[in-house]
Amino acid sequence: MLDANEAVASVSYRLNEFCAIYPITPSSPMAEFADEWSAAGRRNIWGAVPSVLEMQSEGGAAGALHGALQAGSLCSSFTASQGLLLMIPNMYKIAGELTPFCLHVTARAVATHALSIFGDHSDVMACRQTGFAMLGAGSVQESHDFAAIAQAATLETRVPFLQFFDGFRTSHEVSKIEILDDDTLRDLIREDCVAAHRDRALTPDRPMIRGTAQNPDAFFQAREACNRYYDEATARIRAVMDRFAELTGRRYRPFDYEGDPEAERVIIIMGSGAEAAGETSEWLNQKGEKTGVLKVRLYRPFSAEDFLAVLPESVRSIAVLDRTKEPGALGEPMFLDVSTALREAAQSGGRPELNDVRVIGGRYGLGSKEFNPAMVKAVYDELAKETPKRRFTVGVNDDVTGMSLDVDESFDLEIPGVKQAVFFGLGSDGTVGANKNSIKIIGEETDNFAQGYFVYDSKKAGAMTVSHLRFGPEPIRSTYLIRQADFVACHRFELLETVDVLGHAAPGATLLLNSPCPPEEVWDKLAKDLQETIIEKGLKVYAIEATKVARECGMPGRINTIMQTCYFAISGILEKDEAIRQIKNAIDKTYGKRGQSVVDRNFRAVDSALANMVKLEIPRGASATRGLPPIVDPAAPDFVQRVTAMMLAGKGDLLPVSAFPVDGTWPTDTARWEKRNIAEEVPVWESDICIQCNKCAVVCPHAAIRPKVFKPEAMDGAPDSFKSVKFRSRELEGFLYALQVAPEDCTGCNLCVEVCPAKDKSNPSRKAINMSPRIPLLETERANYSFFLDIPDPDRSMLKDDVKTTQFMRPLFEYSGACAGCGETPYVKLLTQLFGDRLLIANATGCSSIYGGNLPTTPYTVDACGRGPAWSNSLFEDNAEFGLGMRAGIEQTRVYAELLLRKFAPVVGDDLVEAVIACQTGDEAAVQEQRKRVEVLRSKLKGVDGPEAKTLTQIADYLVPKSVWIVGGDGWAYDIGFGGLDHVIASGRNVNILVLDTEVYSNTGGQQSKATPLGAVAKFSMAGKAVPKKDLALMASTYGSVYVARIAMGAKDNHAVKAFVEAESYPGPSLIIAYSHCVAHGYNMAMGLEQQKKAVACGYWPLFRYDPRRADAGENPMKLDSAAPKSSLSEFTANETRFHMLERINPERAALLQKMAADSVRERFALYEKMAAANPTTDKPASDANS
Amino acid sequence: MDLTTNYLGLKLKNPLMPGASPLVDDINVVRALEDAGASAIVMHSLFEEQITQEQVSEFAHTEGPAESYAEATSYFPAMTDYSLGPERYLRQIERIKQATDLPVIGSLNGVSPGGWSHYAKYIEQAGADALEINVYYVATDPREPGTEVEARTLNILRDVKEAVKIPVAVKLSPFFSSPAHFAMQLDEAGAAGVVLFNRFYQPDIDIEELEARPHLELSRSPELRLRLRWAAILHGNLKGDIAVSGGVHTMEDVVKSIMAGASGVQLVSALLRKGPSHIGYLLAQLRHWMEEHEYESVEQMRGSMSLRKCPDSSAFERANYLKVLQLWKLDAHRKQGWPTEAEPRV
Repeated sequence: MLDANEAVASVSYRLNEFCAIYPITPSSPMAEFADEWSAAGRRNIWGAVPSVLEMQSEGGAAGALHGALQAGSLCSSFTASQGLLLMIPNMYKIAGELTPFCLHVTARAVATHALSIFGDHSDVMACRQTGFAMLGAGSVQESHDFAAIAQAATLETRVPFLQFFDGFRTSHEVSKIEILDDDTLRDLIREDCVAAHRDRALTPDRPMIRGTAQNPDAFFQAREACNRYYDEATARIRAVMDRFAELTGRRYRPFDYEGDPEAERVIIIMGSGAEAAGETSEWLNQKGEKTGVLKVRLYRPFSAEDFLAVLPESVRSIAVLDRTKEPGALGEPMFLDVSTALREAAQSGGRPELNDVRVIGGRYGLGSKEFNPAMVKAVYDELAKETPKRRFTVGVNDDVTGMSLDVDESFDLEIPGVKQAVFFGLGSDGTVGANKNSIKIIGEETDNFAQGYFVYDSKKAGAMTVSHLRFGPEPIRSTYLIRQADFVACHRFELLETVDVLGHAAPGATLLLNSPCPPEEVWDKLAKDLQETIIEKGLKVYAIEATKVARECGMPGRINTIMQTCYFAISGILEKDEAIRQIKNAIDKTYGKRGQSVVDRNFRAVDSALANMVKLEIPRGASATRGLPPIVDPAAPDFVQRVTAMMLAGKGDLLPVSAFPVDGTWPTDTARWEKRNIAEEVPVWESDICIQCNKCAVVCPHAAIRPKVFKPEAMDGAPDSFKSVKFRSRELEGFLYALQVAPEDCTGCNLCVEVCPAKDKSNPSRKAINMSPRIPLLETERANYSFFLDIPDPDRSMLKDDVKTTQFMRPLFEYSGACAGCGETPYVKLLTQLFGDRLLIANATGCSSIYGGNLPTTPYTVDACGRGPAWSNSLFEDNAEFGLGMRAGIEQTRVYAELLLRKFAPVVGDDLVEAVIACQTGDEAAVQEQRKRVEVLRSKLKGVDGPEAKTLTQIADYLVPKSVWIVGGDGWAYDIGFGGLDHVIASGRNVNILVLDTEVYSNTGGQQSKATPLGAVAKFSMAGKAVPKKDLALMASTYGSVYVARIAMGAKDNHAVKAFVEAESYPGPSLIIAYSHCVAHGYNMAMGLEQQKKAVACGYWPLFRYDPRRADAGENPMKLDSAAPKSSLSEFTANETRFHMLERINPERAALLQKMAADSVRERFALYEKMAAANPTTDKPASDANS
Repeated sequence: MDLTTNYLGLKLKNPLMPGASPLVDDINVVRALEDAGASAIVMHSLFEEQITQEQVSEFAHTEGPAESYAEATSYFPAMTDYSLGPERYLRQIERIKQATDLPVIGSLNGVSPGGWSHYAKYIEQAGADALEINVYYVATDPREPGTEVEARTLNILRDVKEAVKIPVAVKLSPFFSSPAHFAMQLDEAGAAGVVLFNRFYQPDIDIEELEARPHLELSRSPELRLRLRWAAILHGNLKGDIAVSGGVHTMEDVVKSIMAGASGVQLVSALLRKGPSHIGYLLAQLRHWMEEHEYESVEQMRGSMSLRKCPDSSAFERANYLKVLQLWKLDAHRKQGWPTEAEPRV
């Protein structure tokens, strides 16, 4: 039982010698497997240990692969989507040089109107023209097999291969497959072809030259010289497939047909959709219909001969289904290929009857949209029509252009013997892990075939997971989600009210609930609609207080093994004792290495499960009076009600095309309508202890605790429970202060409590904020928060460069989907508090683009005037350039606005014109003044006719300074986007760059970047990183024209605020590198700020500001803002798994790296000290002094 | 000159050994201790609670965020030879056994009912020649009577004795209402020796941050007196051996310990301050002193100043406060510039 990523990697790893990679979803696990095996010394079929090298981008990986191939090595790599696109230039070269090479791709959507991490063929279709052969698999077994076939075939044909399978649907599906052993692989690979590849290597022992430049006399002919290899490729590939069949019994052809041999209606399809189509066709044929599916395996080279050979002669109509979109084309690529093949065969291939075959083309499944039997049936139904749609879509409701087919949503296949189970859980409760174990037990310990597929949330904190498990006596081919399950488990009770859990239950199914109360009381906790559904569907309901049991077993929050045991007990797949034995085996296998106590606690959970599970007696009628609450507040705007709410309820699939923006432009300010209620405990303010420092607010990652100052009259109508105290300020005498928690938006991370410096003098365990259970507080605090939000914000002119006053400014970034305790978002939030009303953000792909821009809701919001951050994400690699372009665009518009303004000087007055033009940049007060001037300008232009006045009115806001911020993580800034970042800071243009430095690729799961510190363990540096972190801040400061700051909010929050203000005010490029603690560091995030303090105290993260303006004033531009190391590096590193992990694996190396790291920290601090101590006037070089 | 001693059934070339401390983590330091003349190596304690805590928190920190989000189903590489159990500790015992000819005395602090015997077995299997069980326990629960504290320790000893064949010593804290009686009970339950005493981490109070901070200062010679008293009281009453630990810094301290009845003399703070070679220095001094004072063997002086044999046993028996305080010449200390706050309160 394994997923396709592992299945493919296991073949590729054994058949290659070198692998250059770069992490990208959903292909990253393949590279991670290869790296883990390489680190563990696993060998390929020739007995060598392959090496794995992480590069700075897929472009870099492709270059390294090209080089290694030239040097005669056997190479492979893994990628998808944007990464594949970055490899294209080298793919042309590799193919043009007829180089055996196999690239494994988890097919994924390419970003267009939006980014999608999910599966379709738009990336691989963008490689049709590179000269790579393309071999597409539809299942885990096929992916595994095709990896081997592609490798053998590329060696024999010299045509490089792109072997692909569907992202997530196949790459992440766990399935029972037959594994190819080393001997089979040895038999499949022809050693003479390997030797021939080596013979072609570039070597000074047999020198030759490649990569020449050719002139018009030669290029064309030389390009045609390779044709023979492509002409012969299909036959050779077919031969490899035949040999594979002899070795394994599994037969594949370039095109495979399944269905009625006399079929009249045929679907032509590639990838995982072929499995769903095949399954549906079989079902329909059993009902007497004549249908079939032609599966395209080898898409390039496209062999018309092989295609026609399997197409039934009986066929009357064909639907070609493409999982990609080519706007403006006559049809999608595969449709055009099929049409051409048929046309040629009819015209000149001796198959004139094909002239009468009708061919229609449709799109399906973009961005992992479901493709299920109901949709397949809709396509067959369409083919049966007199005049079917020539071009169509299936799987969406296109009510705009009417392209989509009608789908009978109630249609589902009933496959005899197949059991289906769906589990709704939380990421943090371990549901997915336990279900992976369950499906492995079923697949490996029973005769059943089994399949597991897991759907994750777009949020990182309190994320929901849905596990879909199937098993049965025949191989499972259902490549789509379960809609009618025999067993439904809900691991978090609250989910019953927010998503349609019961909708997944088939009539008579079993429902297992994690009950928040004793099971006998749970019925009364169910809303009326839920009770009715249970009764109507005749569900059998079991309940267990799993959260309580887990706590008692010493596993707070981890209910997975408890629920898993209940599932096995209820479903009876295995005999009870055997099931428990297998579950315990799985636990031992999964956690055994991590320690007996973890295993013991899990065992205890397993043993406690059954005794605590209760079967409920279901009454005949519903007793509840309470209905389900609305998904969003009725006060939400229309768009949120119509669109966002549907997506929040998990019903986005039902939204028609017309509901969506046509160009990817979405409203901001929608996160506030999504009330997630994920915290067990929320902070409670003790106003008598509070010293009003606002530190809690500045560090809150989710803007869920906020202070406000206001005049006493604002308290009119306040709820009785609303607390306020006298504001401690001489300037605002008589004002009140309140600190309010957003109980439904808080994630319960504890950072605010940890940072709170105010303690009760008589009982220091009580602080000015303390955590308390959320549920009892919910009603009152919800009302208090609502009242709080309505109190007017204070005047922005009171804003100073300190933590305290910044926190009175409304955060224009709130309730994001970031992890609880996130170390990045406090910086982003601060940025919006300081400059949000004039802020444009260019955001690199990564965590910050996900919590910043992953639908359904958006955390960027607006101020009372409706202004707020405008945000966009271009790509991962180009973000600095993207932001620079924004600045250039804004400046050009301003130039034009100034031009027009001068023209209207006689109308609006010279003084106004001069004053407006004089304000190019400025602080808060200057911006406010300029806004007033622009208002005056607008009002004066009101009476003026003509297009120029109209244009000036339109663009007048560009006369108000804008703040452009380029935001991204270290993967972008240090690695993939570094070239662009370097260029941008060298441009001298007024942009600000914020690097949220977590020291790993956080969003893709903790791969090392060049920001990863010496000695840390990360993916791709399993033995601990042996070179120090790149000092990006220092590098940038060497330009002398860039404002640079290294900050750590947890260590010195006022320093962070100052750096933001200085960076923004600096009229050239600014770079802030912000230390961001992260779950990928491996410790309790509540201690994030404490760790930041330690990082600074030991010199690991020295704080500094390099301000070129100081040099202009004759001062040293470098200002070191943290003291010489006061503690040892280990006081910081000992607390983080990423550092101490190595001690557990290789203590000698850990000790060595720790020493190197300590030396490096010391040396760097000494260097900074020297730089900061230099006196620019006296330390000037002699030549300077003379000049 | 015969410095040999029998301790926990082991024939040792002299009574001096490093006490439980991180000194043993570095194999080079262990070799240096052997070269300096240490007669045995006492491992630092294997803390079951710490192992459990590490395992559980590592589990929470790596598994908690995993499988929550499609792009990052984990945040750390899957380590194949990764271990959070006691392996590192056990491997170190094996390495010390390989690297030196010295007997190794394991040290264990368990918490769970099965944990004590469980880990004791591991330590024995790793090659330890004897085991010190370190009952590091602060009785914070006011409802828990002293008899229960004692009974629990006795049960632990019995469990461990049942689990292993190597000799087992018990390292005690001084906080028992009748330490001598309790030591007798341990002796009867089969303890091969008692180690006097454990030094607890003492919390200090940070008056600015209002926090209690754990603190461990290195010992000083005056701390030895508590050990001397109880060694002197116990000597002759036990079948098992007595070791002194805490406050041994000088040759005189060593002599006093032996005279009070110790078969083993453990040093930690002195070695941390002065390095492993300090043992050699003390041994040379000891030889010299014994020669000068015409002692032939350690055996000859052992217990000579115990309660049973000492000329004025009342010094050990009564806590004669006032007398002691009268001996405290306050003026003398003032002359040395001691602040008046140092005045002991009566």
